[in-house]
Amino acid sequence: MPEITYRDALNLALKEEMRRDPSVVTWGEDVAFYEGSFKVTRGLLAEFGEGRVKDTPISENTIVGVAIGAAMGGLRPVAELMTVNFALLAMDQIINHMTKIRYMFGGQVNLPMVIRAPGGGGSQLAAQHSQSLETFFMHAPGMYVAVPATPADAKGLLKSAIRDNNPVMFLEHELLYNSKGEVSDDPELLVPFGKCEIKRPGKDVTIVAYSRMTILALAAAEELAKENIACEVVDLRTLAPLDTETFVQSVKKTGRAVVVEECWRTCGLGAEIATRIYDHCFDSLLSPVQRVSGLDVPMPYSRKLEKLCIPQVEDIIGAVKEVLSEKY
Amino acid sequence: MDTKLRAILPDHDLLKMYEQMVLCREFEESCAEQYTKGHITGFLHLYSGQEAVAVGSTRALHKDDYILSAYREHAQAIVRGAEPKRVMAELFGKATGLCKGKGGSMHLFDPDLSFMGGYAIVGGQFPIAVGLAFAAKFRQEGRIAACFFGDGAVNQGNFHEGLNWARLWELPVLFVCENNLYGIGTEVHRSSALADIHKRTCGYEVPSTQVDGMDVMAVYQAIKYAAEWVREHNSAYLVEAMTYRFRGHSMADPGKYRSAAELELWKSRDPLPNFGKRLIEEEIAGQTQLDAIRKEAVAVVQEAVRFAEESPWPEDAEVYNDIYV
Repeated sequence: MPEITYRDALNLALKEEMRRDPSVVTWGEDVAFYEGSFKVTRGLLAEFGEGRVKDTPISENTIVGVAIGAAMGGLRPVAELMTVNFALLAMDQIINHMTKIRYMFGGQVNLPMVIRAPGGGGSQLAAQHSQSLETFFMHAPGMYVAVPATPADAKGLLKSAIRDNNPVMFLEHELLYNSKGEVSDDPELLVPFGKCEIKRPGKDVTIVAYSRMTILALAAAEELAKENIACEVVDLRTLAPLDTETFVQSVKKTGRAVVVEECWRTCGLGAEIATRIYDHCFDSLLSPVQRVSGLDVPMPYSRKLEKLCIPQVEDIIGAVKEVLSEKY
Repeated sequence: MDTKLRAILPDHDLLKMYEQMVLCREFEESCAEQYTKGHITGFLHLYSGQEAVAVGSTRALHKDDYILSAYREHAQAIVRGAEPKRVMAELFGKATGLCKGKGGSMHLFDPDLSFMGGYAIVGGQFPIAVGLAFAAKFRQEGRIAACFFGDGAVNQGNFHEGLNWARLWELPVLFVCENNLYGIGTEVHRSSALADIHKRTCGYEVPSTQVDGMDVMAVYQAIKYAAEWVREHNSAYLVEAMTYRFRGHSMADPGKYRSAAELELWKSRDPLPNFGKRLIEEEIAGQTQLDAIRKEAVAVVQEAVRFAEESPWPEDAEVYNDIYV
């Protein structure tokens, strides 16, 4: 299989799905002529034309709302928000409309649409451009939330998202765009929603992670292997649907769990994962669940301070050692 | 008005419009009664007084044109063809309701009628209407999206984003402002720097007009012209219909911010008796026929209430249905 970047994997997914289905259209700020601020939409305008690949005004709420209407009207729109931070300007259409329309209208209409949004911290973009808002979306019933960690998952999940008849919030990590991995060029290879992947098997500790945190967890596991600590890394891949079964089975096997989340700790998704582990694995747990989280602060600009706010490989190593040393 | 009704529409259509206005009035007044009895709960925003807008507009649109509205939309749905009994059942929260009792008064929807919903976040329907117009144009369906909203919605960013977008992408969106002069209790002059709402489209070069929203034929003619313009040019147009709600914003609002004189003035412009009078004057119908139409409307509404009362509640298991496909 060819090795390509996360960015190119997403680009390939878009191209394949647009070739496959003429009702797939895409728009967002700078996606057409500029080819995307992160170049995920490179080459789309040239191949599919201005009718299907469209630049929009800087009107985020309307970018999402127009996608809702277009989906209702029989298309499969993929709307790009330049960064997930701007999703906050579109929360009315995302939460009040997109996640409600099917339910409040009694199931009479589907919204086959995707909102793509890059996000995450670590690029010194300061407080307004470094947020990890995944928990916000996971909290609201009525949409799916994808958080791919690898190029293969990025491609396979985006293709599933575009083909799905539910609205999908597709969260890409800005620091992963240049990461490389093997990606199938089979246009029919999809990654299913609601299915975790065990990215590394192990018997001593389960590390539950997603998106870039999975990559850090794998690095931590590699280091810990040198000390004969075998970590099992479970990559959530989608936060909704959430595949509780897979991480619960893993924790039942290892008896210990570390949850890694880039978002703020208070009410962060790690609290939900930990609760589900306690609900299902209480009798198998050998020690309390450890959470490695972003700090509860607005992101500072300074490189030195920013690093404190985002989970690091050494934080995960520390948490694994803590969970191994603690006992009930 | 000089033009005779018959020069505009055939008798059958004119009588149908009168019938629809009467049905909507009877329906809304019955809703008020059912609310008082506790059969309808939650928010209830009634349309009495504004009937000429829904009836005149709907008559002027094609059957497959999309219609979107806000939360004062019972009449819009019924005039479009929704069965009164299924609308009433929805208001009662029953399983037989238009949306299985999950939407209620503010969220009526019927895709078979191209009635694409009542939305209860002020101005939330603007971008959705633009998106539907995009899909219609993309699929070369020849239909337009008619987006109804109140005077309160024009100070939302969505209004301006939607006008800009529809004009920029050359999309067939007909914006219809039902200006009933009040956003809940705030009079339009106290919320809009420019209270002549139709003039606010000039920044987007979207043509617009103002029409007497208490005159069903004036509304019909204005919307007819605007809708065809939108269809022909694949671009946006705005019609501001000057109208009035005879009741408060919702059932919780006694409407004390309006003077008795103002209410009386607008009631003298009530579209129902005024249109009825014209039908008689122009010998399109006699009083007996109009009385019969009213009697029939009362019977339809009574049947709707009976249907809603006797309909079953949704099953508990229904609570989890329809979130996802």
